[in-house]
Amino acid sequence: MAKMAGEASVLDDREHALDLFRQMALIRRFEERTEEQYTRARIGGYCHLAIGEEASSVGSIDALVDGDALYASYRDHGTALAVGSPAAAVMAELFGKESGVARGRGGSMHLLDVERHFYGGWGIVGAHLPIATGTALAMVYRDLPFAVLCQFGDGAVATGSFHEALNLAAVWDLPIVFQVINNQYGMGTSVDQSNAEPELWKRAASYRMHGEQVDGNDVLAVREAADRLLRQAREERRPSLLETITYRHRGHSVADAGKVYRTAEEVRSWRERDPITRYGLLLGERGIASAADLDGIWQDVSAQVKDAIDKAVAAAAPGRDSLYEHLYGDPAHEEQFSRMQAGAPFGERGGEQTWQT
Amino acid sequence: MADVTYREALRQALDEELDRDPDVFLMGEEIGRFEGSYKVTAGLWAKYGAERVRETPISEEGFVGAGIGAAMMGLRPVIEIMTINFILVAMDQVVNHAAKIRYMFGGKVGVPLVIRTPGGAGAQLTAQHSQSLEAWFAGCPGLKVVAPATPADAYGMLKTAIRDDDPVLFCENLVLYNLTGPLPEDGDGAIPIGRAAIPREGTDLTLVAHSYTVQRALRVADRLSQDGISVEVVDLRSLRPLDVDTVAESVRKTNRVLVAEEGWSTYGVGAELAARLQRVCFDDLDAPVERVGQAEVPMPYAKPLELAALPLESKIEAAARSLLAECGL
Ligand SMILES: Cc1ncc(C[n+]2csc(CCOP(=O)(O)OP(=O)(O)O)c2C)c(N)n1
Ligand SMILES: [Mg+2]
Repeated sequence: MAKMAGEASVLDDREHALDLFRQMALIRRFEERTEEQYTRARIGGYCHLAIGEEASSVGSIDALVDGDALYASYRDHGTALAVGSPAAAVMAELFGKESGVARGRGGSMHLLDVERHFYGGWGIVGAHLPIATGTALAMVYRDLPFAVLCQFGDGAVATGSFHEALNLAAVWDLPIVFQVINNQYGMGTSVDQSNAEPELWKRAASYRMHGEQVDGNDVLAVREAADRLLRQAREERRPSLLETITYRHRGHSVADAGKVYRTAEEVRSWRERDPITRYGLLLGERGIASAADLDGIWQDVSAQVKDAIDKAVAAAAPGRDSLYEHLYGDPAHEEQFSRMQAGAPFGERGGEQTWQT
Repeated sequence: MADVTYREALRQALDEELDRDPDVFLMGEEIGRFEGSYKVTAGLWAKYGAERVRETPISEEGFVGAGIGAAMMGLRPVIEIMTINFILVAMDQVVNHAAKIRYMFGGKVGVPLVIRTPGGAGAQLTAQHSQSLEAWFAGCPGLKVVAPATPADAYGMLKTAIRDDDPVLFCENLVLYNLTGPLPEDGDGAIPIGRAAIPREGTDLTLVAHSYTVQRALRVADRLSQDGISVEVVDLRSLRPLDVDTVAESVRKTNRVLVAEEGWSTYGVGAELAARLQRVCFDDLDAPVERVGQAEVPMPYAKPLELAALPLESKIEAAARSLLAECGL
């Protein structure tokens, strides 16, 4: 196998090299079990799996330093695990439990972990790019030496907010790396169907911004590029656009078989380039991990996911009486709204007859 | 203290809040060197610099989003949208994002953001520049919406909005900018959100309004008083939260209520109040709740048509008289 970009620094540190494998394996196992839990109706709503995209996600998140902020799309289970959110709290969110990362209010698409500076999975395609840009603005405003990593899908590149966010970041010299995780499709629409310039990284030139494309199934290449661009953001306050080319093995969501808009041959060819298998082989070739070492990691993460499921099953759902919690946060909000109950719709007045759901 | 304009009241509140809290910063189109399309931010760029009075490109979705992302970090951005008509291109950021973030993320992060924007009509600005859309936002849980009608309220409520930990849509009005009035003599003048005011007491009819329509309502009350009709004017000041209690108390006294607003009445502020009042004042009402608003067409250009479409004093007065006539007054 050819020498991978950036491998030197990571592969010299065995713990670090194994940790990248462990993170990707955890995400893979977590996603597989999530799919199964969905079919058992323990998870509701939309559920977007990122199986096949682990290297794109883990590689760049691994390059963050404590204090950097992270934004992601709704395909965010792996994002949360990669920043280190406890698997049990992530699974509990998917199960809609109070112990979930968003107290069961957000679900699969709206994970976050403020302590780890992960500011969310977002559900409106492209719309979190301006928000992430504002977080980069806050870093400059506060004179913090940190950067923002904003991940999104190839579909977001066609939105107006992509343009507005990249333009603002460039005219304001903000420390942000926009990472487009190009998995070839937005639902069933291919990148060249959606984009007049399907080489998405080239869009950076319109903003006089550095643009770059890397193999998104090569965790070390992704890590190297993200590390370099994040440093540039932190040190020189220059934004950039990083495109990581990858593929989702599953359908758009658990409701999509992923078959009508792509060929079985295409899917098979990408499975052969599976980022985890590939990285495992590299670790073997370099004598960093034996097959038994990797097996051990798989067993560990499987146990971790099993534990997460067990805890999520046992956890309590939010109580009905907490329905109105977290809507407003100002200490005066109850006082402010105290004169609005009169004549409100049934259920909003307080003291109405209760009903069963 | 000498009277000041509504515009100057806003400018002073911004100045004082910028001075008081380094986390407060302004952002919007033409608010710096140009001093604001309506000069509300005049002098602030020169005084506080480009970081704290940040000029933006024409990217409403982009900079409203950026305000949200900065607010999530604990800053207190005050965004100016040139007029409320242009907020529509940022609707997703306001309704899907600012309003939802705290709840959707289980209370783990909030959005202490203010969006200031003027609505209003009457200068032949036509269909795309004459709207009063505040009721659309007042129907959205997660937002707070205020619409002061006097310089003192503009000053005091802007301070409160900036200090509030939740997203506040602060609705101004193009016609109000030149209205003059006193500012509070002492204290910092902050006025709570969710409290209506009664600028004129009366016994025969409750006339409810917000923003510039309050000024129209007061003039209508004057005219009706010449015929011995005593009108109580309620200035809502906040639309979400809505102070239904104050309106209901007034209606219990007058037994009649007319709601006037500059936007379209259908699904509007009057519609909401009517729904609530028929429940809490059912036995107090001597006549059905009446509403008056802009004619339900896009605002036309030709002056006679524009005048016909606006909820001018003459229209409000006619609505009041017809309501009173229903009661034999
Ligand atoms: C503004 C908007 N339009 C449409 C949708 C519905 N939608 C959800 S995901 C998606 C495809 C997005 O594709 P991409 O950005 O490539 O991300 P991926 O799903 O491949 O990770 C669409 C159209 C949406 N959520 N938001
Ligand atoms: Mg895609």
